[in-house]
Amino acid sequence: MPARRLEIEAKVAFAGFSLDLMLDLALTGVTALFGPSGGGKTTLLRIIAGLERRAVGRIAFDAELWADSARRHFLAPHRRPVGTVFQDARLFDHLDVAGNLRFAERRSRGRDPAITTEGVVEALDLSPLLERRVGALSGGERQRVALGRTLLTRPRLLLLDEPLSALDVGRKADILPYLEEAPRRFGIPAIHVSHAVEEVAQIADRVVVLSDGGVQAIGKVGEVLERLDLQPYTGRFEAGSLVEATVLEHDAGYRLTHLQLSRQRLTMPMVAFLEPGDQVRLRVRARDVALAIRRPEGLSIRNILAGTVVEISAEAETAFAEVLVDVGGERLRARITRASVADLRLEPGLSVYALIKSATFDRRAITRRPD
Amino acid sequence: MPDLGPLWLSLWLATVTTALLMILGTPLAWWLANTRARIKPVIEALTAMPLVLPPTVMGFYLLVLLNPESLIGSLWVQATGSTLTFSFAGLVVASLFYSLPFMVQPLQSAFESIGRGPMEAAASLRARPLDAFFTVAVPLAARGFLTAGVLTFAHTIGEFGVVLMVGGNIPGETRVISIAIYEHVETLQYTEAHILSAGLLIFSFAVLVLVYAANRRRPIHAG
Repeated sequence: MPARRLEIEAKVAFAGFSLDLMLDLALTGVTALFGPSGGGKTTLLRIIAGLERRAVGRIAFDAELWADSARRHFLAPHRRPVGTVFQDARLFDHLDVAGNLRFAERRSRGRDPAITTEGVVEALDLSPLLERRVGALSGGERQRVALGRTLLTRPRLLLLDEPLSALDVGRKADILPYLEEAPRRFGIPAIHVSHAVEEVAQIADRVVVLSDGGVQAIGKVGEVLERLDLQPYTGRFEAGSLVEATVLEHDAGYRLTHLQLSRQRLTMPMVAFLEPGDQVRLRVRARDVALAIRRPEGLSIRNILAGTVVEISAEAETAFAEVLVDVGGERLRARITRASVADLRLEPGLSVYALIKSATFDRRAITRRPD
Repeated sequence: MPDLGPLWLSLWLATVTTALLMILGTPLAWWLANTRARIKPVIEALTAMPLVLPPTVMGFYLLVLLNPESLIGSLWVQATGSTLTFSFAGLVVASLFYSLPFMVQPLQSAFESIGRGPMEAAASLRARPLDAFFTVAVPLAARGFLTAGVLTFAHTIGEFGVVLMVGGNIPGETRVISIAIYEHVETLQYTEAHILSAGLLIFSFAVLVLVYAANRRRPIHAG
């Protein structure tokens, strides 16, 4: 998938909110727009889709100019090759599921022959739903249909506006694989709005942190989520870090999966869908990581990774500090007490051992990466 | 047995008025539901005027506006050879004004309750605005169209004061059922008045029952 380029200069202000930003994004795979509620994520998405006419600025997608208020140019939303999945799905109640899909399909024929109704129905497991009335669908089903309908507009850019926010945890886990898989399967780059760090960690390649109507950070997911200075935006949620690892083998007897992380060994409860050689991304929560200055023995904890302290950020008004540890190229965050930092005399450059309980990993903490 | 001509004339007048108002009132209702223009309250007030004005006031001004000496009236005479006042065409024009709020208000509130969401979704699915209007907004507002149509029709059937002022009482031309009933009562022909009144009553009741029953059998999903 060749990288597409999206350039945005946008300014908009309405009661109690203003947004003013410049972005130049190379779009491949999934880009997350991440940040607290009210930070401007949805507004930015609406500006890209052409639904926010009050915005001034300039938007260009590759060589196409979508909007340029200086030249009084504005491409109407229905002419932009973007597909939007709205937070509230916005299925048409007067049509059944098949009718909703047909609505999109009929209006985009001849655009991208690789995307067919059959292909989309199969990819999203929609066939049992086709005859159903929209009102009879569950929240998760609605979002699956909405995603299918949007894919059938044969877009060149997918905009996903918190499609999971209305769902409970279990449903989210059901839909997330589809959201991750679909853009890659159909080769469409996606911008995924989210305020949940777990979601971002699981599906995104790149992340733009948006807050107070401006861009706070932009970069690869792992790098951005582990930056301590972004804690006001990322740390309000379950702080943690993302590491890349390779599956070594399963231990069927003890029901464990062994992984290799920067030439060190990591063990987690068996994840059957993985195969040896798979590249995976693991999310490790900061509070699940403990630190030791000598290799401990006689412990139940199986994951002991040698590393070096990179950065320490103490939270003055709480008991805690966050320590960033480099374990042979990958980085882990550990949330420990400030008292421990003092007792162990932790400082950047010190060799330490990071301890992670195997039981803290669950299936949702792991995602398979495409090769 | 009284002459049933006035009944058919009333039904025909109501049909023509409802059809024309649906064509003219829908864009107005859509505009009112979606505009942020500062003039909106003024237009809304103008639309609602027939609800508060006595029919005689409306009738009087329509008479002034449409009579053959007026600009509109004389143009009409030149174009068609007949006058707008005291003619069926004049009744239609008067009814359009008189029944306007009954078409526009239910449609406006139906469009407002749909909100921007479905139209934005339609645009995101590549539907041009007019396409989106007919394939999304109209079906979603189906209940509003039904209500607006029934109210406009019934209100036009029940018209009296404006008709009397603008149309008078010309059999086959402007003598609608309410005028005929009034005349029967004035001339103490109570039997004829009863028959026409009861006929109107039963007809109106039957239409409303049919509409509500149809509505209940196949509920319309309006937002």
